[in-house]
Amino acid sequence: MALSSWKELPIGTIITKPGSAREFKTGDWRSQRPIWDPEKCIHCLICFIYCPDSSIKVNSEGKMTGIDLDYCKGCGICEEECPKQAIHMEIEKR
Amino acid sequence: MPIRALTGNEAMAEAMRQINPDVVAAYPITPATEIVQLFASFVADGLVDTEFVPVESEHSAIAACTGAAAAGARVMTSTASQGLALMHEILYIAAGLRAPIVICEVNRSMSSPINIHCDHSDTMGSREAGWIQIFAEDAQDAYDLTIQAIRISEEVLLPVIVSTDAFIISHSMQRVDILEDNEVQKFIGPHKSPYSLFEKTITIGPLDLQDYFFEHKRQQIDAMWKSPQIIEKVAKEFATKFGRTYGFLEQYRMEGAEQVIIACGSTCGTARVAIDTLREKGIKVGLLNLRVMRPFPHAKLLELLKSFKLVSILDRSVTMSTMGGPVYVELRSALYDAPERPLLVDYIYGLGGRDIDVEQIMDVALKGEQIIKKNKVEKPVDYIGLRE
Amino acid sequence: MEKIFEVRWHGRGGQGAKTAAILFGDAAMSTGKYLQAFPEYGPERMGAPVQAFNRLSDSKITLHCGVKEPDVVVVLDPTLLESQPVTKGLKSDGTIIINTLLESKELRKKLNLATQKVFTINASGISRDTLGRELPNTPMLGALAKVTEIIGLEDLIAYTKKKLVKKFRGKGSGVIEGNLESIKRAYNSVRGG
Repeated sequence: MALSSWKELPIGTIITKPGSAREFKTGDWRSQRPIWDPEKCIHCLICFIYCPDSSIKVNSEGKMTGIDLDYCKGCGICEEECPKQAIHMEIEKR
Repeated sequence: MPIRALTGNEAMAEAMRQINPDVVAAYPITPATEIVQLFASFVADGLVDTEFVPVESEHSAIAACTGAAAAGARVMTSTASQGLALMHEILYIAAGLRAPIVICEVNRSMSSPINIHCDHSDTMGSREAGWIQIFAEDAQDAYDLTIQAIRISEEVLLPVIVSTDAFIISHSMQRVDILEDNEVQKFIGPHKSPYSLFEKTITIGPLDLQDYFFEHKRQQIDAMWKSPQIIEKVAKEFATKFGRTYGFLEQYRMEGAEQVIIACGSTCGTARVAIDTLREKGIKVGLLNLRVMRPFPHAKLLELLKSFKLVSILDRSVTMSTMGGPVYVELRSALYDAPERPLLVDYIYGLGGRDIDVEQIMDVALKGEQIIKKNKVEKPVDYIGLRE
Repeated sequence: MEKIFEVRWHGRGGQGAKTAAILFGDAAMSTGKYLQAFPEYGPERMGAPVQAFNRLSDSKITLHCGVKEPDVVVVLDPTLLESQPVTKGLKSDGTIIINTLLESKELRKKLNLATQKVFTINASGISRDTLGRELPNTPMLGALAKVTEIIGLEDLIAYTKKKLVKKFRGKGSGVIEGNLESIKRAYNSVRGG
């Protein structure tokens, strides 16, 4: 994406479009990747509560459906907190 | 138009009453206290619709003002000296956010040693914060320029400091021609914000790193470049409507002069009397009132001053660069591109409120005659009224 | 350049020298003059010697320096004659007005004034009579108006009343009437030359 010149930017550093932080994919800061095992998962959603990046994906029925790797920074809190060891961390290969 | 006897502080407070800003957040400090005090009484008496925020420090005052301006309100405050210094970091933030705010400031020396009297070290110390800076010569100027500052600030989208000289103007009563309330309201018009928190969801003050920060600063520089046009436009409109002329620079008896004295603030008034007396004696000297310090009117100064033999600068503050006062340093730089430059001499004077009288200013011109004769400046930075 | 008329007030903190300068300037403006009124600011303590100044002119006054050679000096407190240089810079054809029980002849000698006019007024006595305490500023204002002829008694009374009503709003009319009576009495009893 080409960045705007100073002549095109809104003044005063304001951001006119709400939710623009969504475009900033922080997932690429990750050095460890969480691997979710749906077989072991009991959908208690403790990982959802603890995830600092809101990267646990949950459907409308309240079931966990996976991990949003666009924003997961790989902190490993989910692995630590999961009561069923349904998440484990692996080294991110890039 | 009503005529009233007002001090500089009363004149500024009266302008604020007529402007009727949405928000005033302020903290008292000598010699600007009265401005805030009088305004607070206007609020208490129901004469204005302003939300008055009595905060716990100047830092909070300008922070509250910045927030309110960013939210789309018409905002004013007042301070001096250490108070302006305590505002320092937020001055940059207000300018960076392009928040239109007007500070009615009183120029007072910076401690230490502690002193409550006039010099320009507080205001000059804030000159790179991104604010337009206007020096008022007397209470009439203070009144008129405060009203103009609202327009300037909201059109350029930069905050503005209008200042008077401590006690010399702030506490000296003089005749002031006041406009009617509705004339002021008509002149300033309704407040228009470039953006408002209440209209659309926006983010104000985000982290701005290597990829964008530079561009946003470049926009601020651009606004400063464009501001002279607006300052002149507003002054012209004011002159047409109310008959009093302002603008960037005021030339006084510069026609036919060989040398020019340049100054800011109340000293210009005293200098006018000195110039009149000198002219009667046949000494060819004029005065240039540098009303706006930021943006610095370098192009105009170059054009105006290049053909004179000598320019003497009266600086009521000093840079610690050992190169003299701020007006001198910047004027010297502005004249660099002239094919033939005038000689320049800087006079530091009046620090901590030391009086400068007509004779001392006349002396500057008399010394100037000698310098012109010798065509050489022996002492580029000198002092007036200092015990050696 | 129009002639500028300059006044220096000497008083003690609390005696109202600054207020008198403001009232005088304000009243002079009502006659169409341009004015300045400003105090000399220092540490503000009750009883300490203070000064205040006026400049009056028929055209705009741009001078913003101190007053060095006043046309008139007004001394609100007789004890200042001993401790303050009250005659300093007084123009050779200038005037000094002093709150005192002494005669102008004695004071002329005491202050070593040859060419200047010396006027005296018992302003302390007047204010004790009219206000019940010593506030010599408004009587001295009356004396100054009489001596300088810058403003007539009726205009001065009317204008000062307007100002005092604003200043003392809610404090009852006794203090205002007392002050106006002070002005009147002083205007009619100042003497010398």
